[in-house]
Amino acid sequence: MRQQRPFLYLLFWLFLSVLTLFPIYWLFVISVKPAVDLFTTPSLILDTVYWKNYANVINNETLRGYMINSMIISTSNAALVTVLAFMACYALSRYDLAGKENIFFWTITNRMAPAAVFLLPFFLLFTQVFTIGDWKLYDTKIGMVLLYCTFNLPFAIWTLRPTIDGIPKELDEAATVDGATTWQVLSEVVFPLARPGLAVTFILTWVFAWNEFLLAATLTSFNARTITTGLSEYVTTTGTEWGAMAAIAVITLIPALIIFSMVQRHIVAGLTFGAVKE
Amino acid sequence: MRSNLVGWLMLAPTIAILAIFGIAPFIYVLYLAFHHWNPFGADPSMVYNGADNFRRLVFDQEFLGSIAVTAKFAFFAVLSEIALGYLLAQVFMREFPGRGFFRTIHTLPLIVAPIVVGSVWRLMTTPSIGIIPYLLKQWFGYDLNIGRDANVAFALTVIMDIWHWTPLVTLTLLAALLALPKEPFEQAQIDGANRWQIFWHITLPMLRPAILATVFIRLMDALRTVDEVWMLTSGGPGAATRYVGLHIWKIVFPKTDYGYGAAISVIVLYLTLVMCWLLYVALVARRERKRTI
Repeated sequence: MRQQRPFLYLLFWLFLSVLTLFPIYWLFVISVKPAVDLFTTPSLILDTVYWKNYANVINNETLRGYMINSMIISTSNAALVTVLAFMACYALSRYDLAGKENIFFWTITNRMAPAAVFLLPFFLLFTQVFTIGDWKLYDTKIGMVLLYCTFNLPFAIWTLRPTIDGIPKELDEAATVDGATTWQVLSEVVFPLARPGLAVTFILTWVFAWNEFLLAATLTSFNARTITTGLSEYVTTTGTEWGAMAAIAVITLIPALIIFSMVQRHIVAGLTFGAVKE
Repeated sequence: MRSNLVGWLMLAPTIAILAIFGIAPFIYVLYLAFHHWNPFGADPSMVYNGADNFRRLVFDQEFLGSIAVTAKFAFFAVLSEIALGYLLAQVFMREFPGRGFFRTIHTLPLIVAPIVVGSVWRLMTTPSIGIIPYLLKQWFGYDLNIGRDANVAFALTVIMDIWHWTPLVTLTLLAALLALPKEPFEQAQIDGANRWQIFWHITLPMLRPAILATVFIRLMDALRTVDEVWMLTSGGPGAATRYVGLHIWKIVFPKTDYGYGAAISVIVLYLTLVMCWLLYVALVARRERKRTI
């Protein structure tokens, strides 16, 4: 093993972190300034902190509702997508299905569509086709969860497939010979080995759903409205309330960070990679 | 061999969801592409006009220009992200103090919504109020003007994209690196291979599927970037950053020219598909060839 040079890495990371954090720091700076101060000579250092933007946002009940919607929608979507993609990748990797490579490629084409034009058909589907009596898929959380699958499922299948393919087939064949059912093979052999990949898939799909804007803006009105859409309500044609927008943006980072730190453990867990070593 | 039925059952929900929410809207857009339809225009009815939309598109300089700048944007952004992301993923494989902390910091840009990313970068770079032009002027005497200089605007959209999406590449490549078996590396070290040889002959071939999967995702997303660039430059100055997603947006929303917008979408989808298909075939062919040797 080569010698480790922790100090150099630390320096490298400090430099990189400054670059990475600067726009986020700036977001924070904007969020704690009154509107008039934004258009003066910029300065790197914050001299006065103005918390009113945060107070306005936190006391706004509608925004709190949007935040909860976002949490429910992104978490359910990421969970659904990760499970479905895990099964799909396993099927594609281990079974000899007719035309499976074409199916695999087809899944990804669902992510290629330019969004602007597809908003209209989605709107029509949600308001006129997927209805039962008075109930419409429009403005429901379940609708958004399913809809986000169109761009998250292809993503998840594509990022997960190399991981599943990389897990040696011999391991699950051995387990099958020992009498394990398909379910046991999936949950006890493949799942632990695929954990870093699954964790990354979960995080990223969660983030995509959390940040999605166009579809949510078109297909929800109040009951399922997400926080990104709520945030964009401050960006209007007559002028943007930068402070309020930045304050919401900073607040939306918090749940995302919590999810990240929860899931990151599983990426690290992948470092102790025992089973394949034999 | 186990029954394939189980395999199909595992694949079924994915296929069902994508068929309902993917194919149905596509058919509708394809139908629109062969019609003239401007619901808020002088004639709001939907009229079948054969391939007129497509004929118009071939001679549309704005559209062709936007395809060219989009390709340039995707090329620079994706290439830099993959190189940088790979490097960072390798660094994260090492033990060093505070690794978890730095990894969290490094993933932060990902969490910021694209529309917010665009807004912040706009506020940072707008001349006279933005911090970046101010500091560049103070420290280096350089005048950065995103509203006037096409190259600067283009470069800034690329840098913003790199800032925002490199963490995604790092994470996916890190997951792939973690899943690699260790013995080939140990064996190579015992055999006295140097770092470059290990990278070229072991890491890269083993990582190729993951790198390609990541390139695909980033390429597709870069080709349909809208929110961030819309907030940062609105496509300007001129048409310097009018990427094709934005171009379609402008046709469908301010102009409500649905038929033409649909035709462009179909063509863009087709071009993306062909490009990805070629890449994909190259990859699969390579994999198959390797297997037979």
